[in-house]
Amino acid sequence: MRGILKIAYKLLVNDKGKFAALLIGITFAVFLMVNVTSMFAGMMMKASATVVNTGAKMWVMDRAVNTVASSIPMPDYVLNAVRSISGVKYAVPFYSGAGLARLGDGTYQGVTVLGLDDTSLYGRPALIQGHIEDIYAENGFIVVADEELPKLHNPKVGTEFEINDNRGVIVGVAKVPASGLFGVPTLYTTFSRAIQYIPSMRYTISYVLVEPASPAAIPHIKDEVERLGYRAVTETEFVARNTSFYMWRTGMGINILIMTIISFVVGLSISGQAFYTFTLENLDKFGALKAIGAKGRELVAMILLQAGVTALAGYGLGVGLCAFIIALAKVRLKDYASIVTMRNLGLAFGMVVVIAGISSVIAVRKVLRVEPFEIFRG
Amino acid sequence: MHDVAIEARGLSKWFGEGDTRTYAVREVSFEARHNEILYIVGPSGSGKTTLLSMISGILRPNVGNVQVEDVDLWALDDNHIADFRLNTVGFVFQDYHLFPRLTTVENVAIPLILKRRNWNEAIGEAMHCLEVVGLTGRAALPPNKLSGGEQQRVAIARAIVSAPDILIFDEPTASLDGDTGRKIIEFVKKEVLNEKRCILIVTHDNRIFEYADRIMAMEDGRVVGFNKGENRA
Ligand SMILES: Nc1ncnc2c1ncn2[C@@H]1O[C@H](COP(=O)(O)OP(=O)(O)OP(=O)(O)O)[C@@H](O)[C@H]1O
Ligand SMILES: [Mg+2]
Repeated sequence: MRGILKIAYKLLVNDKGKFAALLIGITFAVFLMVNVTSMFAGMMMKASATVVNTGAKMWVMDRAVNTVASSIPMPDYVLNAVRSISGVKYAVPFYSGAGLARLGDGTYQGVTVLGLDDTSLYGRPALIQGHIEDIYAENGFIVVADEELPKLHNPKVGTEFEINDNRGVIVGVAKVPASGLFGVPTLYTTFSRAIQYIPSMRYTISYVLVEPASPAAIPHIKDEVERLGYRAVTETEFVARNTSFYMWRTGMGINILIMTIISFVVGLSISGQAFYTFTLENLDKFGALKAIGAKGRELVAMILLQAGVTALAGYGLGVGLCAFIIALAKVRLKDYASIVTMRNLGLAFGMVVVIAGISSVIAVRKVLRVEPFEIFRG
Repeated sequence: MHDVAIEARGLSKWFGEGDTRTYAVREVSFEARHNEILYIVGPSGSGKTTLLSMISGILRPNVGNVQVEDVDLWALDDNHIADFRLNTVGFVFQDYHLFPRLTTVENVAIPLILKRRNWNEAIGEAMHCLEVVGLTGRAALPPNKLSGGEQQRVAIARAIVSAPDILIFDEPTASLDGDTGRKIIEFVKKEVLNEKRCILIVTHDNRIFEYADRIMAMEDGRVVGFNKGENRA
């Protein structure tokens, strides 16, 4: 069989024009699919930046919260109630809100303010300048050094500014794994200072961060929080919740989905069509092979090999092209949100397999029907 | 092994049914012998290609049977018929059906590769066959770079590479000039024909009649007579 497959391979790749046409279809489809889904994955990572950066195992929130950025304050008793649930190792308050910073030159800049529990500083970022204890200093804020930092005019330790008409001073610079989606800089401070400086309602706790005693305690904690009338989710669930909100309840996800489907359909029609034409043009060759004595399953194997080689090569090229363009974009645009995840690759691969499968089925049906007598008759 | 290589009995083939039924071949019986070149001649549409197809395992007859080396061909199942074509018959199609995307030597090796021979071995034997047809120098070229006569010889090399007992040529010289056509058949007679082989050639080309051992004439699907070729007389 290996020799027969070798023949099939040569028939395919030696026909450079057709092979290129076949590859272009698949490459293009894979490129589009991986590109849009990576963009979405990139944006989603940014949308869940606070969750990922904080690193809490569990989050307690109002049931109506859809995304981490739109928190709904909870009354203080929730914190105490959560602390008293068995299986909770510890639970701390967390503040997330929006403030308005006034910079040295008098311009304004919106910022995200995150307030860490005063006693534990749970969820604190890693500092690249300054010391975390300085967060307790008067008006102390830690700024995150991400792509948004220039919007605050690149503050350093000691830089002063105003935040919602209160004085603020940078006491540290932090590095975090992910930066936010909305293009505003992030400031960390203590929970108490955050609720003091940022106007808030009677209720002040955005989230309660929970460290469960063990993974086994998680379901019980969820149930108990549910009974309180609130919701507890794990870190991954929260990220998934964010993503599914953007995916299904904003125009963003739906459009990405439609775009993915379009790339699939375009890829399928271009490649399917090209593969069909390729097979049609080789039909007399397949017929001649049949006349000489090739069996049906050998011809099927040849077609599957040709479809498989095309699919794999096109997939590789498409992914490569996509990675190249994303890398290029990231050099030019720091905020370019795109990450190629295993899931994107898997999805695109699945679609390529479907495209190759459908194309081969069409081709196989054609080839198995060819009558060697018709070839013989000329 | 006795003298008769192919024995066809009462072969009929029709296309369509009812009012549209037309006979391509009607009740044809004949024998072809080892070491014989049998020509099949007749006007266009007289059923020559249809007959060749039925005795080479390509087209199932409606009625009649074919014995090849004592095997009842059409009693075999499809896979065995494919094996029969692969092992026992060598075809030279009218328009060659060479693969332009393969080299000449790879084209010749195809029947061996279908027989699951190791690639390098197959190429080696194909090379030997190209030597027989005098085309060693063209081995690495794609066949569409070759002249018509050379392509014809490649097709012959492909037909003989697996040492088949029966060789089937349909209009081998139709697209060649008279000289080349004659040279090809002369070559076949000298180099390809042997004690164990039988060669059937369909042709319109009376320039090559002189190489026939017997000539079978067809008309309207029937055999209308045999002529002794000038050669054996
Ligand atoms: N698939 C088919 N369907 C209907 N009629 C067919 C089919 N194949 C062959 N025929 C008919 O059978 C008859 C014999 O055809 P065949 O090809 O065997 O003739 P031939 O003697 O080889 O002619 P030529 O010299 O032109 O090649 C013709 O009338 C042809 O139209
Ligand atoms: Mg014919």
